[in-house]
Amino acid sequence: MFIIDYLKEVGGAVKSLLKGMRRTGYYFTHHKEIITEQYPDNKATLNLAQRFKGEVVMPHDEKNEHRCTGCTACELACPNGTIKVITQFVMTPEGKKKKAIDKLVYHLELCTMCNLCVIACPSDAIVMAQTFEHSVFDRSKLTKILNNPDSKIMDGVE
Amino acid sequence: MWSLNKISDNIHHWLNQQFSPTWALIFEMVIAGICVISLFAMLGLILVLMERKVSAWMQIRLGPNRVGPKGIFQSLADTVKLLVKEGMTPDGADKLLFNLAPFIAMIVAMLLMAPIAFAKDFQLWDLNIGVLYVSAVSSIMVISILMAGWASNNKYSLMGAMRSGAQIVSYELSAGLSILTIVVLTGSLKISDIINAQADGWWIFKGHIPVIIAFVIFIIAVTAETNRAPFDLAEAESELTAGFHTEYSGMKFALFFLAEYVNVFIVCAIGATLFLGGWMPLHIGHWQAFNHVMDYVPSSIWFFGKTFFLIFLIMWFRWTFPRLRIDQLLNLEWKYLLPISMFNILLATAVAILGWHF
Repeated sequence: MFIIDYLKEVGGAVKSLLKGMRRTGYYFTHHKEIITEQYPDNKATLNLAQRFKGEVVMPHDEKNEHRCTGCTACELACPNGTIKVITQFVMTPEGKKKKAIDKLVYHLELCTMCNLCVIACPSDAIVMAQTFEHSVFDRSKLTKILNNPDSKIMDGVE
Repeated sequence: MWSLNKISDNIHHWLNQQFSPTWALIFEMVIAGICVISLFAMLGLILVLMERKVSAWMQIRLGPNRVGPKGIFQSLADTVKLLVKEGMTPDGADKLLFNLAPFIAMIVAMLLMAPIAFAKDFQLWDLNIGVLYVSAVSSIMVISILMAGWASNNKYSLMGAMRSGAQIVSYELSAGLSILTIVVLTGSLKISDIINAQADGWWIFKGHIPVIIAFVIFIIAVTAETNRAPFDLAEAESELTAGFHTEYSGMKFALFFLAEYVNVFIVCAIGATLFLGGWMPLHIGHWQAFNHVMDYVPSSIWFFGKTFFLIFLIMWFRWTFPRLRIDQLLNLEWKYLLPISMFNILLATAVAILGWHF
């Protein structure tokens, strides 16, 4: 019946609108849900969201070892040439030549924080850090080398 | 107990003792004008700040919190900024209409203040067709919007103004029909009669189903009439920059902005008067003791409390619901609100004739 459908439509609309109002009413009365950070005032206790993307970093463990194999997947994934992987060949203890990274150059000034390199990385060598205070007086300071000097690849990462 | 009508009576007697009745009337008019203008200024400051705080809290933000304690001087600072800004008139604009439009918007808002009962026996003009006057004068608002849109010589402004015309003209219908529900039940268009009819309970309780439907329709229709989201097609920030006031700046923009908020206050005051009893305290049937306790709260507090509750409700709508497209907007009016309110007025008439209300 037409009139039944009509009334059902009106009822459904009212129900969904009330659902929305309940949500905003909850937020209105529960101020602990507020996520605004009063940034310069609470610099010490800043509480950033888990998925906040500040810059790409390469974590190193305490033995100064990283997980990067130099496969250049991140370089290929990057849409605007932010990452340059410079590889070299090192001799393994068995006397074999093996590809490893010399430098992983990261141009912060080009990066759009799209996260594609982190997704592309097969060995989880790079992650997004939560630092965001990137202002510098010299543009060259924005070109970073992600791997620490004299760092090696972790054992077991191929 | 102090009350606003005692103050006004004292002033009236004093003026009549000091001056001739003609001069006393002129002075009273001036005083009323000053009161209305200062009420406008206060409403502008309070409602803008309230809207910003409500919107912030509903969107899990903090809102203005820097100017003054808890940001209470934010709207004052904004007003000062708008006052010292240059009021530009675009080259191709129709200068007279462009500069006239914001004032018409304000004049309409001022005229609408006349029949509103702010407290017991405290009303500028208790004319016998008060409700009709309100719905008639509030339609003039669309002229100022059309004028602003046309005179700006800007396609966005014109589109916003035309949309606003379609919107206000169609939503007048269901707002008028929902007001008629109360008129049918009360049997009078006079604001004071309508309020006095609610002495033993507000219409929203006494009139049950038809009045509740009328109340919901009234709130939806006045949200559309005051051009507020979810019906802000006249402004339409996302597609028309600012709609009819795109070209306005400085104080002329502020007048439009103020007129919007004053209109929100007025329609909420009318809604509170018709459905929630105006300045009438909450009375429940024959509970004498309870009714006496309620009478101790000043009537102006009751009026402003109810009005601000409705304003909060309209703000709640604005910051919860998604915006409508123009065709959806007109569908909502012509296919849903108008048939429902036409049926509802039949129901209300039956309830009134058969005496099924309390």
